[in-house]
Amino acid sequence: MGMTHIVDRRLNGKNKSAVNRERFLRRYRHHIKKAVSDAVHRRSITDIERGESVSIPTRDIDEPVFHHGQGGHREMVHPGNREFVAGDRIPKPEGGGGQGQGQGKASPDGEGMDEFAFQITQEEFLNFLFDDLELPNLVRKKLKDTESFNYVRSGFSTQGVPAKLDVVRSLRGAHARRLGLGGARRKKIRELEAQLAELKSAPADLDAAFSHEDQIKALEDEIARLKANVNRIPFIDEIDLRYRQHLKQPKPATSAVMFCLMDVSGSMTQMHKDTAKRFFLLLYLFLKKNYKKIDVVFIRHHTSAKEVDEEEFFYSRETGGTIVSSALKLMHKIIESRYSPAEWNIYAAQASDGDNWNDDSPVCGKLLTERILPLVQYFAYVEITPQDHQMLWYEYEQVRERFPESFALQQIADPSEIYPVFRQLFERKAA
Amino acid sequence: MNDAIDRPNAPAAPASREPVSTGSEWTFDLIRKYDEEIAKCAAEFGLDTYPNQIEVISAEQMMDAYSSVGMPVGYNHWSFGKQFLSTSKGYQRGQMGLAYEIVINSNPCIAYLMEENTLPMQALVIAHASYGHNSFFKGNYLFRTWTDASAIIDYLVFARNYVSECEERYGVDAVEEILDSCHALMNYGVDRYKRPAPISAAEEAQRQEEREEYLQRRVNDLWRTIPKMTEDEDPVKRKKRYPEEPQENILYFIEKNAPLLETWQREIIRIVRKLAQYFYPQRQTQVMNEGWATFWHYTLLHRMYEKGLVTDGFMLEFLQSHTSVVYQPPFNSPWYSGINPYTLGFSIFTDLRRICEAPTDEDREWFPDIAGTDWLETLHFAMANFKDESFIQQFLSPKVMRDLKLFAIEDDDLEDSYRVTAIHDEPGYRELREKLARQYNLSYREPNIQVWNVDVRGDRSLTLRHVPVDRVPLGKDTEEVLRHAHRLWGFDVHLESVDEGTLVDEYHCPHPRSSGSS
Repeated sequence: MGMTHIVDRRLNGKNKSAVNRERFLRRYRHHIKKAVSDAVHRRSITDIERGESVSIPTRDIDEPVFHHGQGGHREMVHPGNREFVAGDRIPKPEGGGGQGQGQGKASPDGEGMDEFAFQITQEEFLNFLFDDLELPNLVRKKLKDTESFNYVRSGFSTQGVPAKLDVVRSLRGAHARRLGLGGARRKKIRELEAQLAELKSAPADLDAAFSHEDQIKALEDEIARLKANVNRIPFIDEIDLRYRQHLKQPKPATSAVMFCLMDVSGSMTQMHKDTAKRFFLLLYLFLKKNYKKIDVVFIRHHTSAKEVDEEEFFYSRETGGTIVSSALKLMHKIIESRYSPAEWNIYAAQASDGDNWNDDSPVCGKLLTERILPLVQYFAYVEITPQDHQMLWYEYEQVRERFPESFALQQIADPSEIYPVFRQLFERKAA
Repeated sequence: MNDAIDRPNAPAAPASREPVSTGSEWTFDLIRKYDEEIAKCAAEFGLDTYPNQIEVISAEQMMDAYSSVGMPVGYNHWSFGKQFLSTSKGYQRGQMGLAYEIVINSNPCIAYLMEENTLPMQALVIAHASYGHNSFFKGNYLFRTWTDASAIIDYLVFARNYVSECEERYGVDAVEEILDSCHALMNYGVDRYKRPAPISAAEEAQRQEEREEYLQRRVNDLWRTIPKMTEDEDPVKRKKRYPEEPQENILYFIEKNAPLLETWQREIIRIVRKLAQYFYPQRQTQVMNEGWATFWHYTLLHRMYEKGLVTDGFMLEFLQSHTSVVYQPPFNSPWYSGINPYTLGFSIFTDLRRICEAPTDEDREWFPDIAGTDWLETLHFAMANFKDESFIQQFLSPKVMRDLKLFAIEDDDLEDSYRVTAIHDEPGYRELREKLARQYNLSYREPNIQVWNVDVRGDRSLTLRHVPVDRVPLGKDTEEVLRHAHRLWGFDVHLESVDEGTLVDEYHCPHPRSSGSS
């Protein structure tokens, strides 16, 4: 036989379809972006560990071909006849349009056939999200690496790269080796030298088989041979080399708390809130990369502030005026009672449309500079409005002058403008 | 239908049982042994095959293979990605097994085994694909005439490289647009009657440069006549259409005649056309091809059982898979989606063997030339010389119609009810068989549309003509496909439905703005 060739292909690449899949996502990026955007709206900001299911109307992705429409005269043969005989008539369903085959085809699991549904991975999900936010590539990569490592020393190894050579240890090893290898011969040399000295000082024995000179010569030759032998022991050999060894260790896990502060007064529309949500989400992603454990605290305020859960934070409606300082005060209170700065890294993000009681803005500035900013790593403020700045903004600008390292503010009208707020933060971390 | 699946060879003397294996785990060694034994059985039955290449792959790789229509290499296109997404979704939900289908018509004949499968399944797939489909590819006249198994892989590599070069030079979007449009017309990129030149990657690459120049010159020749138009030209000559005869291969016509296409665009049209041509025989022999492969996996593994090479447990597992492959849900089942080609083909081949070996009076009346003849010869003859339409017309027996309880339903838009026109009884057999055969005629299944005319001396518009059969109109995609034709042609494209000399419908791209009717 031997006609058949059997090949194990399992180790060949399996992602042959990756490019085609990518082409598909690229072609339907508008649909997918919308699905991702909807998902961001729907999901908790801490829920970013999974991909997303995307549905596209089948008519949008159909590949058109010439085919028959309904109408005319046609005949179809089917299997499984039970009671029909030739000539039987079966009334057509109401509304005409009856078709011989495939009518009313429903998928067994109830999912509509007129939707093409598929999963995108978490990575793809984040990519589309980042597209939305126009994140630079470097930052994307940083955000997606879930684990980061420190290298810690862990002893020595006989193998390694030259840069990690430990000179002292290697030389010490070489010394020991030289001692070990040459020890016996050196001892012998010492013995022979003692004999030689004795021989030289003793009077010549004329009866000896060998002349005095010959004996001295023989000893000297032997000593010279042994010395040459010892000298041939290499000063340093491959086996002496020692390299410093390092182990990858996950970065020490620490905890962070993230405060989300948002104005929910009547002037904040759902659109404002969705933009704010992206802003909070991005901050969360950033923190998640750096900290093992993250608490998120949601504080909403109008004229008074309240700690709420995420659902209420983003989706309940309030009306009334705005007193921003109420939120800052509450935040300070929560820090004091639950998040000691000694144990927690504290981050805060505040979103607002810029409205505030004019009298209140100086209070806010004072609260921030005197009580909050000394405690927190970073405080970011976004003003979600395309309009002119208001009092609070100018107050906050002064705050930034005093705390350029840990305070940032930005006006945004569109999600793509969120990113610049983070730039400082990343730059600082990268340094 | 089980009575149709009698044991083919009653085991003469149960040979001393020395099974190749007893467990269900496969190893490469066992696969080799099974393949050797299956090959011996296949040789007993005179199956003539290309050399086999069996590739063991993972489920993910199988999904890759599925989404590229089984081609081991292919150019990149979003539609394959879409296919991949829906395949993997179906697989993850357990809606589909990934076992039988993938074998490609190449020399050597490449078949895929999935590593997750048990040994009996691997044996089934080897018998089905490497000996069943393989011998069909080598023996059937359509494949022999229209495809060149030894050249296809090289050609695919050539095609992929060419397309990706184009993507680099002209951008992914530009290439995607052309491919989209070609795919829309792919079914109209085949020569149905003319035998095409065999494809060869080496020649393609070699000829490419010369062709580039040549093509452009040819196209220019056609259009050079334009400025010559004068008033006193012979009106009869001017009436003459171009092309003089309607052209069935629309893509070919566009490739050769579209005035504005760049050379690389013509090359891409050519690639899609060649692939369409390569798949054309498969589209016409689905019932036969699957029926033949199913008949042989069934027969070969039973032969192994007779020889004592496989255990009872092996046969049980095999029969269970086999039964689900040939299951035909009735027309009123929620699982019904048309006639299962495996069932129909398997039933016809199995019954053909019965007609040869144990003919009844009915068989003698219906198949006087076949009843009582050598079954192997008859089956091979049937495999080699027919396509689905003629195969059914020739070999569908009354018994199979009865077993499958076939019946025909007429749907006429002028009537307010459906009518049962024939069922599986004496007066209905012939009509039923004819109707079922016609159902597998590609030109009945797809609208008959050909290139009718190019307005060479005027606005350069291209007119396609649709000839309806039984008044069946064109479907809802028509406008969309026309847009693709327009993209390729570069000037106005018209499509007329002309039924017995009467214009019944027309489509235009771009859409005439002034026209009130749609």
